[in-house]
Amino acid sequence: MSGVSAQAVAGAAAADGRARPGAAPDAPDREVWPAPLAPRARLLPALGAVYRAQLSRARVARIPLLFVATFQSVGIMVLMRGVADGPAEARAVVAGSSVLVVAFVALNLLAQYFGQLRAGGGLDHYATLPVPPAAVVLGAAAAYASFTVPGTVVTAVIGCLLFQLPMAHLWVLAAVLPLAGAALAGLGAFLGLLAPRQELATLCGQLGMSAALLLGVLPAERLPAVLDLARDLLPSTYGVEALIRTFDADPDWLAVAADLGVCAGVGLLSLTAATWAFRRAATR
Amino acid sequence: MSTGTKQAEHGGTVCAVRDLIKTYPATRGRRGAARTPAVRANDGITLDVHRGEIFGLLGPNGAGKSTLVRQLTGLLRPDSGSVHVLGHDVARHPERAARLLGYLGQESTALDEMTVALAVETTGRLRGLGPGEARAERDAVLAELALDALADRPLKKLSGGQRRLACFATVLTGDRPLLVLDEPTTGMDPVARRAVWAAVDRRRAERGATVLLVTHNVLEAETVLDRVAVIDRGKVIACDTPGGLKERVSDEVRLDLVWRDRPPLDVPEVAALESAAHVAGRRWTLRLPADRARAAVADVTSGAAFAALDDFTLATPSLEDVYLALGGRAEGLVKA
Repeated sequence: MSGVSAQAVAGAAAADGRARPGAAPDAPDREVWPAPLAPRARLLPALGAVYRAQLSRARVARIPLLFVATFQSVGIMVLMRGVADGPAEARAVVAGSSVLVVAFVALNLLAQYFGQLRAGGGLDHYATLPVPPAAVVLGAAAAYASFTVPGTVVTAVIGCLLFQLPMAHLWVLAAVLPLAGAALAGLGAFLGLLAPRQELATLCGQLGMSAALLLGVLPAERLPAVLDLARDLLPSTYGVEALIRTFDADPDWLAVAADLGVCAGVGLLSLTAATWAFRRAATR
Repeated sequence: MSTGTKQAEHGGTVCAVRDLIKTYPATRGRRGAARTPAVRANDGITLDVHRGEIFGLLGPNGAGKSTLVRQLTGLLRPDSGSVHVLGHDVARHPERAARLLGYLGQESTALDEMTVALAVETTGRLRGLGPGEARAERDAVLAELALDALADRPLKKLSGGQRRLACFATVLTGDRPLLVLDEPTTGMDPVARRAVWAAVDRRRAERGATVLLVTHNVLEAETVLDRVAVIDRGKVIACDTPGGLKERVSDEVRLDLVWRDRPPLDVPEVAALESAAHVAGRRWTLRLPADRARAAVADVTSGAAFAALDDFTLATPSLEDVYLALGGRAEGLVKA
């Protein structure tokens, strides 16, 4: 009879009235109502977790497609070898083909992935986890941009060998890849999440990649005025331009930085838009 | 102790749904596709789920069960009415639902290409666990559900039931006080089902967890649920314990007759039963007062009728009978 625990007293106090302040200050299970919310996942750890999970998906599903992306670009360069008859053309072909790998994977495949996720109800999984939408979009975009690294590097190196271009400044790929990757992956994610049907997401991704192919690989001087405007609007163009400039013996680094700045700006905008589209698609 | 206190203070209501209405708008017909009219998927649903219980939503496909749980989980906004989860208004703050409950939806698209271990660990991380915690929970949950052997296999390479179990494993990470499970055991073998219900029971006993379960499986509903809301055409047509519901039709029993070839309608007793029977091929299902059922059994187990009879069973009412007696359509219910 004497062994009434502190917890039991606290429970009784709470049971016969609203939890009285001070009635049992150290009771471990004192009532809180509404119930406490579990912590949110913070942006960076969640982004890291999504990135890691997406990279592992590549092993299962994406490696054949990465080969396709690289072969496609190398094939285009081989084809263009007979056509590109000057140093300017050669630079355009190599830079365009390298960035095409980024467009294929980051824009086209990511648009398809998000389109499929949305159509298949997969967004519910993320929408019922306390994770910032930006973490999911950025994690997936970063992973897809990473998938492009080997293909882009291989394409650029083979291109330089094919067309006898200097490789001294190819390190600039370390900046071109993440920035063009951000811009194109953001665009891909945005299109995939916004498309009302999966087929439309696929179509948008394919069209975006075709645009990057035509407008990136062909030298700008040979395009009609209308296409020239379209070329200026396409974010991959600035990645291509930056890469072309670095084939000079003494590149205009300011212009390279300006081109990459455009990529970064577009990347910021498109990833923000993609995050908005994710939120919109996840809670219909 | 804790459970009792909370029940005393808040009526123990983990989910409180009031007058919930959700209508899906009509879709315009495109060429070749028919126009679909607006559908009122939830039509004034009111129910309470108490702490620590396994509460079921039973009804055939299209009854409005998933629409209801999608509003509880913050995935869908109600047109009108209120939804409170653990004291939080999730109709107004849908983003809070993710911090209160674990949800197992019907799709696994987001996880399909990950390995089982990574799917569980990543979900834990996205529920806010640290790297070490997430790994520890992953190992514990995989061991608990006997999924260790499949840990390194991608979900899409697994059978339907195994994949479902792996998705269930992701729901258990992050220790949520409420688990919302939309047909969790679909496609599972009995071993996996037992693992699911054992895991649920453990969380209920140790942590006072509450489970809201969507099912169209009558047998499962009878064996695992504490209380069940029977849903038909967007309305709750009854809400009680499975036993309480069955008492409503306890004066009736179900008689199943299976004929060898075709029913001997020339026997007057058999002909008299035909009008009351639900006929499915060679099977007749009759719901009769106990004394009439006894008489019917006597009739069909003698003479010409018995010669034509392949099999018969006499059973006390199941939830399916309750469902039918309440005016529901039984076509979508499963008995396995």
